[in-house]
Amino acid sequence: MGVALTDLHQDIREGVREICSRFDQDYWRKSHEEHRYPTEFVKAMSDAGWLGALIPEEYGGSGLGFLEGAIILEEINRSGGNANQVHAQLYTMGALLRHGSEELKRRYLPQIASGELRLQTFAVTEPDAGTDTTKIKTRAVKKGDKYIINGQKIFISRFNNTDLLLLLARTTPLDQVQKKTHGISLFLVDKREVPEGQIEATPIDTMLGGDTNQLFFNDLEVPAENLIGEEGRGLYCVMDGMVAERILVSGSALGNGKYFIDQAVNYGNQRIVFDRPITQNQGIQFPIAKAYMELRAAEALLYEAARKFDEKDPTAGADANMAKYLCSEAAYNAAEACMQTFGGYAAANEYHINRKWMQTRMMKIAPISSNLILSYVGQHVLKMPRSF
Amino acid sequence: MKILVLLKQTFDTEEQIELFDGEVNENGVKYIINPYDEYALEEAVAVKEKYGGEVTAVTVGPDRAESALRHALAVGVDRAIIVNDESLFGDEYTISKVLAAVAKQDSYDLIFCGHMAVDDGAAQVGPRLAEELGIPHITTITNFEIEDGKVKVEKDVEGDVEVIEADMPVLVTAQQGLNEPRYPSLPGIMKAKKKTIERLEAEDLDIDIEEIAPKTEIVGQYLPERKKAGKVLKGDIGEQVFELVELLRNEAKVII
Repeated sequence: MGVALTDLHQDIREGVREICSRFDQDYWRKSHEEHRYPTEFVKAMSDAGWLGALIPEEYGGSGLGFLEGAIILEEINRSGGNANQVHAQLYTMGALLRHGSEELKRRYLPQIASGELRLQTFAVTEPDAGTDTTKIKTRAVKKGDKYIINGQKIFISRFNNTDLLLLLARTTPLDQVQKKTHGISLFLVDKREVPEGQIEATPIDTMLGGDTNQLFFNDLEVPAENLIGEEGRGLYCVMDGMVAERILVSGSALGNGKYFIDQAVNYGNQRIVFDRPITQNQGIQFPIAKAYMELRAAEALLYEAARKFDEKDPTAGADANMAKYLCSEAAYNAAEACMQTFGGYAAANEYHINRKWMQTRMMKIAPISSNLILSYVGQHVLKMPRSF
Repeated sequence: MKILVLLKQTFDTEEQIELFDGEVNENGVKYIINPYDEYALEEAVAVKEKYGGEVTAVTVGPDRAESALRHALAVGVDRAIIVNDESLFGDEYTISKVLAAVAKQDSYDLIFCGHMAVDDGAAQVGPRLAEELGIPHITTITNFEIEDGKVKVEKDVEGDVEVIEADMPVLVTAQQGLNEPRYPSLPGIMKAKKKTIERLEAEDLDIDIEEIAPKTEIVGQYLPERKKAGKVLKGDIGEQVFELVELLRNEAKVII
């Protein structure tokens, strides 16, 4: 890694920290408890250009790489914030950028880069189709210059806080395709142009307190020119962004882990029980030290994965998956160590630990379950039989 | 309009100060722009945006101080100058002579700086520089405007406010409350990376090092003694007075 690159990373960290320092942990607690989207924070990040970081300069962004994106998310989480609320704006545009028509890119990317338009939602998961995405039943039928879409999606984040969404639907039913990954298409839906009633959203309350929804599409009309990539090849438009996404998500997890280490050390050194700081007890100190080492190791693999990805090394995918697994596991171990250090105070909302703990636990489940990474490594890296 | 802003890099106010062999340990310490200079920087950029012009930022200090200038470029400064010639480092006397030489290379209508640096707290460089240049100065300002070609400022005087008008060129020093400094945007940071920082040495400034040698010398540095826990006297008032006098005589030894 060149000196110039490291310099840039330091600047990114400081720049993001400067914004985050103006949104303290009570801000995030309020947002969580009142189910309120952190609009002010998102606006500050957008206005300063951070959420357009990955969009190429020709479309109004800064053209940074994915490792830089990971660092942006890391710093948000490390500050006590919730990167989950903004990460989609950073990278959902990837499929549009790589596969969208030039006209579509010119129309939307500059406004996404400036934050004028929010692209915060990616509707893939359905009640009967999660990681086995080919089973999706939402159906898009072409009629003239439009597609008519019917079906439903579940666990769709930030629907009430986005202007645009990407939507995956079957244009050819599963039983009529030669390969099950065929026949799926990707659409850019401009929510501002959707008449009332064509998309119905039912909120789902979750422990994370965010904007999560079940969506129903009733004859939703999408202009044919809003198809991203070729009809029937939508899954591929999404799949090639997965590695990049793993890298970004690793950064988010890493930030959570570092947050917990910072908190555990500060609190534990000051908390006096039996006339000495509790971090003097090995039962408190060692798990923090162990989690810290795990985080550092995971971080090293993340940087390796990101370097390979930039160099278009085909093994980047495996490394990125492993980095995501290790970063989220290490972050969770740090969360556990921190919770134990805070003891009963960890349960009190005003100490923020329980909220961050929930967010960190979630990263072992979403956007990809740790088990699926284990099966991927077993099968594709180590050449053992397929486990599912 | 040409605007000059003076920046100094100082210890991060959250850093722990450690002395090593009588010197402040600078290893691994984070440096920031002196917080009062941040207000000066913000005001300089805001004035440029409102009235037009060009802002130059200058710092006298080692190479690490370049990061302060990068920050300045990222938030909208047009030109940045570092005087990183060690032979020109010194006390407030020396630094203001060096800054005067830099300022004289151009003609500035406005000079902004922090009212003091949080490290040495001398609050001298601004007024000294104005004297060197033969221009007026107003310290600790909390508001700045330009009306009919004149500068109109509000000055903090121990809690009261003075409203002062001045012709340009003028030097003003910033007090807390002047503004809310902006943070750099990502495009700003990227643009700042591509700009060149001008480096000046004694030769470029035509300075005779002997003539500007510091007038002061640091003869020793020590950390303030840790405050000991106070003592609360008990008993009725008579007993307390008796104990207090005893302590003042025998422990504090201020009464003989």
